[in-house]
Parts: sequence; structure tokens; C-alpha cells
Amino acid sequence: MSQHTSRGPSRRHVMQLGAAALALGAPAVVRKANAQSQFDWKRFAGQKIDVVLAKSPRADIYQRYEKEFTALTGIEVSSEQIPEQQQRQKVMIEFTSGNPSFDVVNLALHVQKRIAAKGKWMEDLRPYLADASITTPDYDFADFGKAGLDYATQSDGRLDTIPIFVDYWMIYYNKELFAQKGIEYPKSLDELKVAAKALTDPSKGIYGFVSRGLKNANIPVWTSWLLGQGLETIDSSGKLLTDTPEAIWAAEYYRDLNKNYAPPGTIGFNWNECQTSFMQGRAAMWLDGIGFTAPVEDPKVSRVVGKVGYGVTPPGPKAHHSATFADGLGISAASKKKQAAWFYIQWATNKTNQLRFLKEGGGAPARNSVYADRETVTASKFGPQWFDCILESAKIGRPGLPVIIPVQEFRDVFGVALTNTLTGADPATELKKATEAFAPILAASEKG
Amino acid sequence: MKARDSLPLAFLRSACVNGGVTAGETREASLGKGDDATAQSHGFPSPRVPSERSAGSDSGGDARPATPYDFSRKYWAFAIPAVIAILAVIVFPWLFTLYMSTQDWKIGGGSAFIGWSNYAILFQDERFLEAVGRTFWFTALAVVLPVILGVAAAVVFHREFPFRGVLRTVFTMPMMATPVAVALVWTMMFHPQLGVLNYLLSLIGIPPQAWVYDPSTVIPTLVMIEVWQWTPLVMLIVLGGLASLPPEPYESAIIDGANAWHLFRHITLPLVWPYVMIAVMLRTIDALKVFDNIFVITQGGPGTASETMNIFLYLQAFQFYKLGYASALVVVFFIIIVLLSLLLLYARQRSKWNA
Repeated sequence: MSQHTSRGPSRRHVMQLGAAALALGAPAVVRKANAQSQFDWKRFAGQKIDVVLAKSPRADIYQRYEKEFTALTGIEVSSEQIPEQQQRQKVMIEFTSGNPSFDVVNLALHVQKRIAAKGKWMEDLRPYLADASITTPDYDFADFGKAGLDYATQSDGRLDTIPIFVDYWMIYYNKELFAQKGIEYPKSLDELKVAAKALTDPSKGIYGFVSRGLKNANIPVWTSWLLGQGLETIDSSGKLLTDTPEAIWAAEYYRDLNKNYAPPGTIGFNWNECQTSFMQGRAAMWLDGIGFTAPVEDPKVSRVVGKVGYGVTPPGPKAHHSATFADGLGISAASKKKQAAWFYIQWATNKTNQLRFLKEGGGAPARNSVYADRETVTASKFGPQWFDCILESAKIGRPGLPVIIPVQEFRDVFGVALTNTLTGADPATELKKATEAFAPILAASEKG
Repeated sequence: MKARDSLPLAFLRSACVNGGVTAGETREASLGKGDDATAQSHGFPSPRVPSERSAGSDSGGDARPATPYDFSRKYWAFAIPAVIAILAVIVFPWLFTLYMSTQDWKIGGGSAFIGWSNYAILFQDERFLEAVGRTFWFTALAVVLPVILGVAAAVVFHREFPFRGVLRTVFTMPMMATPVAVALVWTMMFHPQLGVLNYLLSLIGIPPQAWVYDPSTVIPTLVMIEVWQWTPLVMLIVLGGLASLPPEPYESAIIDGANAWHLFRHITLPLVWPYVMIAVMLRTIDALKVFDNIFVITQGGPGTASETMNIFLYLQAFQFYKLGYASALVVVFFIIIVLLSLLLLYARQRSKWNA
């Protein structure tokens, strides 16, 4: 079989070269023909690559279908899943040591993008994509959505990873509670606040809005509102925008919602507590990543199955965005089996596997075409609104965290400031203090 | 000699805490060794000590026959494996930590010598100072409450009553549970809207509490978990002490007309005090080091309301990757633990003499 395939292309190659010579006016066709003639999945058969993934349903899918890849390419895969925090530590330490133990690694771009660029961790994938001899002709790179690709692309244009998964922040809402009060899904952040107020009924233990209050975890809530002012927390020149009037407005908005219309105790809520409140029908709206949908539609743990609406984050006073997060797969720059690793990435990010994310509860894939798969959409228990929400959010996606090295410190320092506003501190003072504390950390991180 | 001897012991002891009853007994024995070693002012524990302890002679150090030890050099070689092991796993990491604490060491950013700067920054870092205060507050509560309740429980379980064995087993169960699993279960029970605790309170007409979701109640709530989990340990230690008490003082006191409180206050308590001090020491070291419960339940929040030294250390080292700064913190933390242990050892010696 392998002999046949290795001889086959070369015969076709000759014929197609002839055809290509005739078709001089159609360079695209030539390139495609060449690609078909040279690309061979079995080219690196017998090699063995190491893959390090952060624990997630996506990593489960990769491991479940790994044999498919080995059957296709003859490349053996040794993959491991490590809980997110530990995986980031491991990746950080191994890259720093200069001798990482893995060929393919999964990066959380919203946290590791800048450090990966500065540490020159990853292989630039653009030359690989351009090389038809190692990139399958049906890879269809153009299919990847803009939000994911923007995340994967560094400021100097390098493509460090191929995005696999994009998480959009949106609003889960309880249609039943909305209908009881005769309220429509809000069309602006102002309307959102009015709706949250109207839906809050402490005597029944029902609150209009729930979102993360726990420091660190709460940052994307704030940046979601700030994006409504058309700003991120840092501008393109690297200047902090965290004490601007817009940032203060966003912090006040955060405080008002979390203090007045949210369940008691949200100051300590992470996504799971918010999810519990929402799933038990005790919160009418919940702002978080769309990746948390699966349990919400699971009758075993949720009381709101079939009543959940999926709303795009409403537009703010000046702009309309959805805070976005993304994961990518890339090749370690120190790897000795880069081409075999590239084969793995092509397989992992192909349409079949991206579709599996949708079918098997792995969150929102980075390829656009999978959402057009009507069969999957109609078969999904999430319903068409969920898909529409993703497609709409994808058009307006913007990073929910700053692309800097000390992301975790940023989340910590500003997370504490936001939490303090919930216990009565003044948002302007808190943000000013936090900005002053964080500015030197940011400056130091870019030095050396 | 004393400090060096007791520190590894202290760590060993705290490492055994999850080991249940057997670990408790081993610990007793090892403690006995350490103390008697200091009392006789030589470094080598008498091999006979454990058996003497189990026979119940607690303060009989002077009566022990003085065994002549052979200190000649021919035996020194036998110590070499132990010395190497200690150098490798204790002394070297220690010195390396000291070295790192003088560096501006960031993973991914190289390192540079900066002398005492890490320490200088540390002692001006408000969050660190607050964390130190919080750690002591948490520790004080998490030592005193389990010790009081544990002694009370021991006195109760020392009496004969039906189903005592079964009840005692039930009572010690929290101690055997896996800390992280326990923490997750508590987290669910604390949920302000849907947790079972607030439901139970509502049955008796008490309004819902925010538990760990409010900066003002988070520390007491975390202490509550500590109490629930570690009171049984104190009880086991004190029960061991009670079992070894002679009946004669009680008999004569009763003849003299003492009531139950008098018996407890003037006979039981002074006699078991050395055991209580062991419990206090173990609890102090453990409470200072608590990480799992706090990290799983609150991650130091809300805000920084439950951020103890350990949580702060974890943030600096493993979230922010400031290894130099974190090493300085480790050094300070270590000194604090050593000082506290010495203080407690001193108190324990005192309690022995008084008894």
C-alpha cells in the first residue's frame, strides 16, 4: 500500500506538470496540482512525537481519536493531558530550560501569547502552510475565523499556533423568567441594567444578573463592559488604559450589576458558582464564556434545560464587542521532529476534528465551516440560537485579556481592585491605585 | 542541638498527620525520643525510650540508668549515608533557596544579584504584611478551638458509655477524609443561594449567611472547617494521655470531697497538659501551613480576605513566576515557623516540669 502511494503521486506529478505548463494563466491551479503531487501523509511514518495538552474536553477528543492519526500517517503519538494551571507551569519551565520535552503544545493564547513571542518558544507556522510538500491540499487555512487567527498571530505577523478553540463571552438568559416579566433581551448595556433590575426579586431568591466576582476570575467581566467603550485594557503602544474614564465607567457598571442585581456572595463567585445559580433558575442572566454550555443543557444537573437563551453581549455606549479567548496548537521551536509535529497539527485542526468539538461538547471550534454543517446544528441539543450567538460573536470578537507577559499579575491586581469596589471602595480610586501598582510590573516584564 | 533535632521531627510529624491512629502513635514515640534526647543533652535517642513511654513513665528521665555510649571514631562511617541524604534533601535546597532569595529571578527573564532587595520589598509589601497578620489570626483560631473542643471530646469519650467505640470512630472520620475532596464538598455547601447550610439555617429561622463569600466571615468559616477536620486529632492525642493517668489521685480527691470540675481542673488537666501541648504544637505547625482548603475553596478571596502567607507565596512563585521574591518569602516563613516551634517546645518543657 505504502509503495503504491509513494509511486502514485510521482506518476500523477508528471502528468500534472504537463497540465500545469498549459495552464500558465491559472497559478492557483498550478499550486494545487503541485501540492497534490508532493504531499504525502505517510512521509514521516515511524517517527514519534510528544504532545502536551491542557486538560479539557478538546484534549479528550484528541486522545480518543489519536489512533486515526497514527493510521493515517504512521507517526506515533505520545500525548498527555495536564490540568490547566500545572500545564502552564510545566510549559513555562520547560521552555525556559531550553529543552522542552514536547514537540506539540497547546497554548492558552489569552495568557501565554506574549511570553511565547518574547521567549521565542514556538515555530512560525507560515512557512509550513506555504510549503505544499508538507501541507495537505485540503487543509483550507482560509476557513479559520478572524477572531481565532488574530489571537494566534503575533504583532510582527508570526503565526505561532493554529487556533483550535475560541471562547466568546456572551449572556445566557432564562427565557422563562424574561417572559414572566414581559421583558425582551436587552439591546444595549443600559437596557441590560434596567432588565437586571426588573428581573431581581430577592423575596423569591431570584436575581437579575450573575457574573464572576472572585478576583482574577472577574477580569473578563470588566473587560466585557470596557469593550463596549471600544477600549481594551492596554492600547497598541502598550500603555495601560485602566484608569481612563471609560475603565472607571466599566468598573462602576461592574459594581452596580454585581452589587445590586446579583445573588448575595457573588464577590466570591467563580464561573462554577455562577453556573450553579443560573442552572437552578436563580439568576435570569449570566455573563460568561459560551464554552460552559454543556451542563446548562444537561437535565441531570440543570433545571433550566430548554429555557436558555444565548444572547450576544449587548453593545456598549461606543462599540459592540465580545470578549474573546482562544487556545492554539503549535510546534516547539526546539523540537527535532517539526514536520511530523506539523502533520499532527494539521490533523488536529482539520474539519473532522473541529466538527467533533461541536458534536461532543468541546466548545466553539475555530473553523467557520463547521457551523455551516446544518446536520450538526439541527442535531445539537443546544439549538440554533447557540450557533447564531457564536457566529455573531465571532464577528465582533476582541481579546478579553491584555496581550502582555504578566497576565496573571494583571488579573490579580485589577481583580482585587474590582472586588474592593463591591465592598464599598470607590472605583476611580481603586483603579488608579491598581494602575500605579501594575505599571512598573508591566514595564519590568518587557525589559531584558 | 535542640532546634536542629526538633525541626526535621516537626516536619515528619506534620507529614504524618493524615496517617490516622498509627501515625499518631509513631509520632508519640518520636516525640518522646526528641525530648528525652534533649533532657539528657546528647544527640542520640535512647533505644529503650519508646518502651518506657508505653509503660507510662512520663517524667522519669532522671531515674533512667545512664548507659555509657561509645563515641569512638570507628562508628562515624555509619552516619555517612544519613548525612548525605540530609545534605541532598534538606541542606542543599535550603542553601539554594537562600541564594535565590538574593536574586531577581524570573522564569523566562534570567536572574541578577540584587542583595537584600527582595527582603526590603517584602517588608514594604502591604499584601504580604496583611497576609502575615491574617495567617496568625487564622492559626490562633485554628489551634485554640480544636484544642478546647478536642480536650472536651476526649474527656467525654474517656468515660464508659454504650456505643462508645462506634461513636469514637464516627467522630474521627473527618480526619481521614481527603482534604481537597472535603474542600470541594464544603464549597458546594456554602453556596449562598443553594447551599445546604443556608437551607438548614432557614429551617430554624436564621437568615442566609454568605459564609466564604463575604470578606468578614471568610476566615471564621475556614476555621470552622479546620475545627471540624482536626478536633478528632486533638482528641486522639489527649485520649492517649488520659488512658495513662493513674487512678489514685482521683480516688483520694473524691474522698476529700472534690466535685467533677475540681477533678478536671486540678488533676486531669495538669496531668494531661503535656499531651495538650503536643496537640497545640502539631496544630500550630499545620495551621500555619494550611493551603489546600483555602486554595480550593476561596483561592485567597474574596479580594484578599483569606490570603494567607502560603497562598501569597503560591501566587508569587507559581502564578507570577517571581522565584527570587518567593524564595525570600520562604526564608521569612521558615524563620517564623522555627521561632514558633521553639517557643512551643519551650512551653512544653515548662509544662513537663510543672507536672
